[in-house]
Amino acid sequence: MTDLLITNARLVDPEGDCVRPGALLVRNGVITEVFDTPSPDISLDLVPSQHRRDAGNRFVAPGIVDIGVKVCEPGERHKESFGSAGMAAAAGGVTTIVTRPDTLPAIDTPEVLEFIRRRANEAAPVKVLPMAALTKGRQGREMTEIGFLMDAGAVAFTDCDHVVSDTRVLSRAMSYARSLGALVISHPQDPGLSRGGAVTSGKFATLRGLPGVTPMAERMGLDRDIALVEMTGVRYHADQITTSRALPALERAKNNGFDVTAGTSMHHLTLNELDVSDYRTFFKVKPPLRSEEDRQAVIAAVNAGLIDVICSMHTPQDEESKRLPYEEAASGAVGLETLMPVMLRLYHSGDLTLPGLFRAMSLNPSRRLGLDSGRLARGAPGDLVLFDADKPMILDRFKLNSKSKNTPFDGARLQGRVLETFVDGLSVYRSL
Amino acid sequence: MRFDQRHLLGIEPLRPDEITTLLDLSEKYVTLNRQRDKRAGTLSGLTQINMFFENSTRTQASFELAGKRMGADVMNMSMQASSIKKGETLIDTAMTLNAMHPDLLVVRHPHSGAVDLLAQKVNCAVINAGDGRHEHPTQALLDALTIRRAKGRLHRLSIAICGDIAHSRVARSNIMLLGKMENRIRLVGPATLMPAGIAEFGCEVFEDMNEGLKDVDVVMMLRLQKERMDGGFIPSEREYFHRYGLDAQKLSRAKADAIVMHPGPMNRGVEIDGTLADDINRSVIQEQVEMGVAVRMAVMDLLARNLRARPKEVLV
Repeated sequence: MTDLLITNARLVDPEGDCVRPGALLVRNGVITEVFDTPSPDISLDLVPSQHRRDAGNRFVAPGIVDIGVKVCEPGERHKESFGSAGMAAAAGGVTTIVTRPDTLPAIDTPEVLEFIRRRANEAAPVKVLPMAALTKGRQGREMTEIGFLMDAGAVAFTDCDHVVSDTRVLSRAMSYARSLGALVISHPQDPGLSRGGAVTSGKFATLRGLPGVTPMAERMGLDRDIALVEMTGVRYHADQITTSRALPALERAKNNGFDVTAGTSMHHLTLNELDVSDYRTFFKVKPPLRSEEDRQAVIAAVNAGLIDVICSMHTPQDEESKRLPYEEAASGAVGLETLMPVMLRLYHSGDLTLPGLFRAMSLNPSRRLGLDSGRLARGAPGDLVLFDADKPMILDRFKLNSKSKNTPFDGARLQGRVLETFVDGLSVYRSL
Repeated sequence: MRFDQRHLLGIEPLRPDEITTLLDLSEKYVTLNRQRDKRAGTLSGLTQINMFFENSTRTQASFELAGKRMGADVMNMSMQASSIKKGETLIDTAMTLNAMHPDLLVVRHPHSGAVDLLAQKVNCAVINAGDGRHEHPTQALLDALTIRRAKGRLHRLSIAICGDIAHSRVARSNIMLLGKMENRIRLVGPATLMPAGIAEFGCEVFEDMNEGLKDVDVVMMLRLQKERMDGGFIPSEREYFHRYGLDAQKLSRAKADAIVMHPGPMNRGVEIDGTLADDINRSVIQEQVEMGVAVRMAVMDLLARNLRARPKEVLV
């Protein structure tokens, strides 16, 4: 908790949907004043010079809230720890990470969750909010102790990419979660159709001889989930919507007034199936990369507010699990540190505005989780990112802070760089 | 006459003139193979390793014979039985073999793309002997040679590829090759065995075999890949034979001089009638096997020439 004064900034305000020149004052970790003048007159007694930053007319935005980050503790700490994930987050302008429970063992008891919270507080420089499994061991058979887990600090419940195939189990878990007001996050995929798929079915899959999964599996998964939402009234979030075919179902659910939101990943917004090229396993993610038409449709859905949240789907994998034939290789890519520069591609290409981008990366995820952050307003926490949207760089995966270096953007030319990240007004990362 | 490839990983990267070069050279080896003395010293001093991660009798034998006739030192490794079982990764296996300085590596693997992956890690020339459902280039080349010899040309023919297209690397390589050489390709099979997006490859797709075979010059049957099926693609073998098995009645729809091909091994009575397969007037199945050795000799010959033309790389 500390004081901070940022002057000469261009403030990216997702609430007001604008970018305007101004300054910010943070006291005791909370934003206390937003100025319309670039250099307000604040005495040095109030904020000493070491707590002052001149942004030099660069951007200040609310820190990113990344839903669905995998930190491999417990179980696979060699892939990612709270320390390394926290550093990566800070370097990427992510001030809150919302962790996934698909660890070894799964985070499905208050005791394991307690361990996570303790480790996170010790090791990570950013805020960490854990999610817990919806069913024990993510096996889809019995619901977890949702109440105890909420008391212990779980912000949402998800079985991640293990789809609960038994609809009776899922409907009970959802009903119970509804009675406690818990948020359920689901991976909309029909389990039968998507079994064994490594890429999206179509010409490319056939050309490469890889087992494909039809995009229809996503729509069927979403349709099923929405029917259960209608039945139970649970608060529901689809982790990743990546195909155009699923969008009408999502739109209908929202128009019907169900408490439904949806996310998508940075990879599905910026890459397509052809990027897999000659079996490049760093491009293997779950669900698989889609066609260019789907990518365009998903961008349009983010712009229209139909898709609420953009996340990194940060999934660390070691080199060994990726240096395998494509079908056998592990899925997932790291993204905490690259989320912002990669998403700025869509800003530079004119597909998304800066306020629109931070609405999907900061404001909407905060709101969905009932957090105060994601805003540049009085009373919001001093979770901020100061960045240069134009600075060019060539990404070198070995310079990432994550223990795992499995990014599909190695060698990519990106524009935009985090200069400094603040959590509760305290600087947690400063670029050299 | 040019052939600019370092490896033969598939038909996809080949130019039409490279395919013609390969087939022309194969003809010479066909002649050689029919002589009493079949030796050629082309690969003398070179080491050829056949690495088969998947069962094979005919392809492995064909490559082994091709290498031996050209004077290479040939070693066969059946990888199902060896270090893979001990948990060694594909890349480690490749690096280990690479350290033994082979010149030609012939690889078959059950996963698509595995041979490409391996080729990135070794210094020698790699030949894809079949990877998953991706490609089986030497099979397509030997099919092309067989067609060219039977029909006198390899363009503007109407060719029906029938059966399990979805699980077949032979089909993919053939579609690629015959398309590059400007033939009309028809694909015949049940919808469950047709891969997604196949119409975008410039093929005509038929679900009725009688229609699909109408007036074609070549009928290419595929094996029903039982081992690659994770269940439930067809109701039963007898229904499959009734609707998609090649018999005299269905063949009568094709041109009177149409030839019948099969990459082997055949499931008699499942995709092809046994009598028809043995009919020497229609079936070129035995000739396909013969062409296989010649084509593989030509492939290794050309790759070895390119290998010798390159300065020896230092191991990294």
